[in-house]
Amino acid sequence: MTPEQIRSEIEAAIPGCSVEVAPNGAVPGQASLAVDRLHALEAAWFLRRHPGLLLDFCSNVAGVDWLDREISEKVKVRKLVDGVEQEAEETRKSKIPGRLEAVYHLFSIEKKQGPVILRVRTENRSDRVEIPSLTPVWRSAEFQEREIFDLYGIVFTGHPDLRRLLMWEGFTDHPMRKDYVPPPEDDGPQDPRGAVGKEAAAG
Amino acid sequence: MLGEGIVRGLAETARNFFGSFAEKERLTTVQFPEERRVPFEAARNFPFLVYDGDGKESGLRCVACLICEKECPPRCIHIDKSKDKKPDFVGKAQFYPAAFTIDVSVCMSCQICVEVCPFEAIKMDTAFELSTDDRFAGLLWGKDRLAKSNEHYHAIHPTEAAEVDERRGQEKAAAEAKAKPAAQPAEAR
Amino acid sequence: MISSLKEMPREAGETGGMAGSGAGSQLLEVAMGPHHPSTHGVFRMDVQLEGERVVRLKPVFGYLHRNHEQIAEKTSYLGSMPYTDRLDYLCSMSNNWAYALTVEKLTGLQPPERAEYIRVIMAELTRVQNHAGLIGFLLQDMGASGTPLMYAFREREKILDLFEWVSGARMMCNYMRFGGVRVDLPEGWVEGALAFVERAPRFLDEYEGLLRNSEIVMARTQGVGLLPAELAVNAGVTGPMLRASGVNYDLRKVDRYGVYDRFSFRVPLGEKGDVYDRYMMRLLEMRESVSILAQALRDLPGGPILDPKSKLRGLRPKAGEVYGRIEAPKGELGFYLISDGSTNPYRYRVRPPSLINLTVLEDMCLDRSVADVVVILGSVDIVLGEVDR
Ligand code: SF4
Ligand code: SF4
Repeated sequence: MTPEQIRSEIEAAIPGCSVEVAPNGAVPGQASLAVDRLHALEAAWFLRRHPGLLLDFCSNVAGVDWLDREISEKVKVRKLVDGVEQEAEETRKSKIPGRLEAVYHLFSIEKKQGPVILRVRTENRSDRVEIPSLTPVWRSAEFQEREIFDLYGIVFTGHPDLRRLLMWEGFTDHPMRKDYVPPPEDDGPQDPRGAVGKEAAAG
Repeated sequence: MLGEGIVRGLAETARNFFGSFAEKERLTTVQFPEERRVPFEAARNFPFLVYDGDGKESGLRCVACLICEKECPPRCIHIDKSKDKKPDFVGKAQFYPAAFTIDVSVCMSCQICVEVCPFEAIKMDTAFELSTDDRFAGLLWGKDRLAKSNEHYHAIHPTEAAEVDERRGQEKAAAEAKAKPAAQPAEAR
Repeated sequence: MISSLKEMPREAGETGGMAGSGAGSQLLEVAMGPHHPSTHGVFRMDVQLEGERVVRLKPVFGYLHRNHEQIAEKTSYLGSMPYTDRLDYLCSMSNNWAYALTVEKLTGLQPPERAEYIRVIMAELTRVQNHAGLIGFLLQDMGASGTPLMYAFREREKILDLFEWVSGARMMCNYMRFGGVRVDLPEGWVEGALAFVERAPRFLDEYEGLLRNSEIVMARTQGVGLLPAELAVNAGVTGPMLRASGVNYDLRKVDRYGVYDRFSFRVPLGEKGDVYDRYMMRLLEMRESVSILAQALRDLPGGPILDPKSKLRGLRPKAGEVYGRIEAPKGELGFYLISDGSTNPYRYRVRPPSLINLTVLEDMCLDRSVADVVVILGSVDIVLGEVDR
């Protein structure tokens, strides 16, 4: 099934659910489905039970951080210049608000098919970062969602055991975010122009 | 019978034990350091800089193009480019590294610097007994420690070094052939 | 079978088998690890015991975490290749392949025939040494100290020699490149590999005969650490562990990546999904790998080893995303890349089979004794470099 077909099926089966097909420039035919976060859990159950898809295996769950972006596009506008209608080019700047995203790669072991790519997005990157956990549907998401919570700061509501996975308890930041600033390290590559280098040159 | 499986397993152990006296196959270890294996030709450990002729300083092939510094994944190469230029092996004026340092405590022997270097200037050494009691300065290798002769390169990677020498010989011949009609101005290249 | 499984393996909010801790029983908390000989690395299990019985087990990760993904997002595509060696440091060749395959999918590079065969050979050699080593460790965990492990390491030594011969390094091979492999096989290598393949069956027979029929091994492994197929699929378990539970899912057959469709081999399947099945699965898979190796070495074609379009520096794939995966010795090793058109990936994610296979560790260990926990963990086959990344 193509992503468009899946989209229309989901939208038909779950009233009020909006699905967007996100295109993929690299691999044709592997567009992903961005499901709105309110209906994500229902949509996941639907995909797993769908007799034609039977997506019983959630292989990979990845977090992605999209910063605020400004895109400028050139648009043609008709303007009245000195009473004459003229076509002119104008640059419009639009701001795409940043958000966090969890990407699920779903396969079917039963049917040996896949992947269907599901994306669930948060509202923004700062305070509204809740999305529903899909661990009740696929338990393979359990550790991976914990990892995303840890490294990206997405809060998965309904997750059975949402704790940090890799960083230690008490760590406050989210190191995989694009704007993360690591603390200064003291055992990185040595700069030969620094003190150690002078010592090495002397001895 | 209970215990039969264990006895059968012990028979395998006995076969391997006594077999190890007869077959090289069953005893692959060597008694290092008295006994040493010859390293494979492709073996690699840490990079070194190749120089031609006797000039440890003057014969360095490196032209300080900084490609390896940029491509090294853990960024453990530091190069200071020279201010002046000096002629390289084909007679073209090139920069040279005023300082070239590798922090071998960070280097992971990946060989990417060797692959990206367009001047055959940096190669992988096979020496591995390099321990030192100085964790910082002792592992920060400068130009004098890194520079090794082309003969050394031939000794550790003979096939590869021969290919490199042939390629450089051709380049040099081509450059000389071009230089012959020297009446032409330089722009005619 | 799978479609009819119970929908929810666990109630949300419930954190495992805390039931049974009634009045009168005293619970003992034990932290196994991070420095414990049976955890195969720096890994901790917080175990709650009622007498000898495990009532709760929480794995704790992160001791070896170095944020590989972030490092990779800050270096070029090529620059991450040597770092993939260090994920599952026993299987650097497979890791290289998975990453190269993903970037090839992203950029449309096509490795030539010879390179594809070389990759299969390297991956299967890796599988043999990984499985042999794992069985050695597993038996060691059961008390067979040393002997099986040393036999495994003896054969591994020969495979590592083959790796060093071609790539220059024994473990951190950094051998594959986008669109092929880095260097061609040196002279005499194929003969060396063939010699290994010829002698491998004898080793496998001996290795199997060593302890397969041992009453102690059977008592310690049969019926221990049961993993039902439904749970295994739902929890994303892959690789030999999934097949030990009887689910026929091998990416070499399903995805047919590389040139795996040209070789005839079987996919061994277990019945019960206990530790014994997992142990046998590795033994059987080694035999299949040896048979693939013999076929690949026989059919190895000549020709170039690198796609002429491939370039070393300044790779800038088109914007887009890709998920590539291979059947690594430990399970499905996947790479997920998002390119924004620049020289380094916008998002780089590794799907670590070792970590995800541990999801079911608690389920397998509940109600068993501590000694069984050690054996069950040993049968999962983890490498902490990959679990923690
Ligand atoms: S070693 Fe090679 S790549 Fe590095 S600066 Fe010198 S010439 Fe350039
Ligand atoms: S071998 Fe790798 S890590 Fe070492 S200096 Fe060269 S590029 Fe850097």
